[in-house]
Amino acid sequence: MSILIDEHTRVIVQGITGRDGSFHAEAMLEYGTKVVGGVTPGKGGRTVGAIPVFDTVDDAVAKTGAECSVVFVPAAFAPDAIREAADSGISLVVCITEGIPVLRMVDLYHELKDKGVRLIGPNCPGIISPGKCKVGIMPGEIHRPGGVGVISRSGTLTYEVVYDLTERSLGQSTCVGIGGDPIVGTGYVELLELFEKDEKTDAIVLIGEIGGEAEEEAASFIKTSVHKKVVAFISGRTAPPGKRMGHAGAIISAGTGGAEAKVAALRDAGVVVVDRPDQIPDEL
Amino acid sequence: MARTAEQAGKAAADLGGKAVVKGQVLTGGRGKAGAIKVVSSQAEAESAAEKILGMSVKGFIVEKALVTERLDIKAEYYAAITVDRRAKAAILIISAAGGMDIEQIAEEKPEKIRRFVMPADNDEALRKWLAESFEDRGLLDQAFQIAQNIYRLFREKDCSLVEINPLAVTAQRRLIAADAKIVFDDSGVPQHPELAELRNADEYTADEIEAREAGLSFVSLSGEIGCMVNGAGLAMATMDCIKLAGGRAANFLDVGGSSNPQKVLDAMRILLRNEQLKVILVNIFGGITRCDDVAQGILWAREQLGITLPIVIRLIGTNGKKGRDMLGKAGLIATRRMGDAIDQAVACSGGGSL
Repeated sequence: MSILIDEHTRVIVQGITGRDGSFHAEAMLEYGTKVVGGVTPGKGGRTVGAIPVFDTVDDAVAKTGAECSVVFVPAAFAPDAIREAADSGISLVVCITEGIPVLRMVDLYHELKDKGVRLIGPNCPGIISPGKCKVGIMPGEIHRPGGVGVISRSGTLTYEVVYDLTERSLGQSTCVGIGGDPIVGTGYVELLELFEKDEKTDAIVLIGEIGGEAEEEAASFIKTSVHKKVVAFISGRTAPPGKRMGHAGAIISAGTGGAEAKVAALRDAGVVVVDRPDQIPDEL
Repeated sequence: MARTAEQAGKAAADLGGKAVVKGQVLTGGRGKAGAIKVVSSQAEAESAAEKILGMSVKGFIVEKALVTERLDIKAEYYAAITVDRRAKAAILIISAAGGMDIEQIAEEKPEKIRRFVMPADNDEALRKWLAESFEDRGLLDQAFQIAQNIYRLFREKDCSLVEINPLAVTAQRRLIAADAKIVFDDSGVPQHPELAELRNADEYTADEIEAREAGLSFVSLSGEIGCMVNGAGLAMATMDCIKLAGGRAANFLDVGGSSNPQKVLDAMRILLRNEQLKVILVNIFGGITRCDDVAQGILWAREQLGITLPIVIRLIGTNGKKGRDMLGKAGLIATRRMGDAIDQAVACSGGGSL
């Protein structure tokens, strides 16, 4: 088993004719993902490799039966692309795009909740259920199937952790990058809940970073509702306050968002928090 | 706006002598630092401006001062709109205990700070909520107008914070924004080109400005190990691991997700401007970024920039072997493990236990 996506998931790519969209559509297909179509307005009827391109998500869903969409559309147009997917019957949208203004995400967050559509991201590497399906931009070959669920706000730091896990023969059930922005569609808590229920997930790795209070919220949830082992790493313990550290959401401001409070909250919830990412496999 | 004591005195005289001289810097805590002074005459304004101009507030030098009307302030509120990450909404924040100590109040008496999710369902709901802070009908009408106006500003310009502190009540029962601070969302700036022009160069180091122009995310720190990493999370983790190993990072630098040797070259040029640097650490886990592109950028940098410092390279992920081979042929060794590269870099910088 796995969460969110598996070998049956039918995926379309919004922004498939762009530079990143086309490259990753083919990479996902090569990994074994059922990439059944792509969408770029005005370019319907073409193909990218063997993948048919449609003008609208409506069209793509009608012709392919897709239930999941991955968005590579530029930031200025990405909110509308996500909205279009939600209105066309897509139930899971994964948004890779970085740089969507926070207030656009505030609006979108509540709209999608009302419609019952799940959004992962934006500004995230996507989701992979190793050996079954990859919806995102992560290098597939570093993963291997297994029982560790991974949730992270980061991209390459997740690859780092997964690489160490795989080297130590600790395979993964599903790895989810939730995104580095202040407001993301799906947070730690909802994914912890899914991993807790998933029979094939034995333990959970949580990778956090400075900024906001998402790790503290995760800690309260773990304390009451997660019985599986959770190992965590928080990055940015040496980051200076008041400076945005790359991710829009990674900033310590007005006394909140610091790493130490997150580490303390997680430890209080019984989570093993390690100092270096390469110590994670030792604790599993 | 005065840049000299003489100008400040003249401006105060124009206001009839009674005025406030306020040092203009892009940070808070000015009152406490003594950068705001109430004056009663031209001479007092001159002497106040003499002290304020050139002083430093949290590291920001005061280069100009605003000379403004002295209000007869009876009470000070705090009003702000920001995004609440937990509620995933814009919230209006009001406190009757505004003024200089708002941060302290937030920490010690959080119940004195009230929050309301915006937009309100209707005008009546907002008025009713505000009425608990502004009992006087005249003040309530003004507060309602101000709340709506700052929310409109917040939305229209993609702000992350609009703050009025103090929101002053004058003897004439007028609500006046006596001071204000606005923070814009970096991601909103491309859609509001007029905001880019407001950027204050003093707020950033020269390296940070050059990095932004090159499309890199960069923050200056105080150590000796120059870091070039792809991805923000990995870049922060690299800094953290350097410290654990006994070294000190000179910077945070995310070369970004795209794959381009030119970006690596630009990044290297910016790193090398730091004269404190003793070693350069490149930590790349290729995903979108291809390791052969990174290797190419490093080789160009070595050719074009005449690098004499040691470079420690960790290169893995997409096209990793190709990248390591390219470096190997040029006599540069790239490791595969992050921990090894960090230990080596720390040793080169003269720190750690190695």
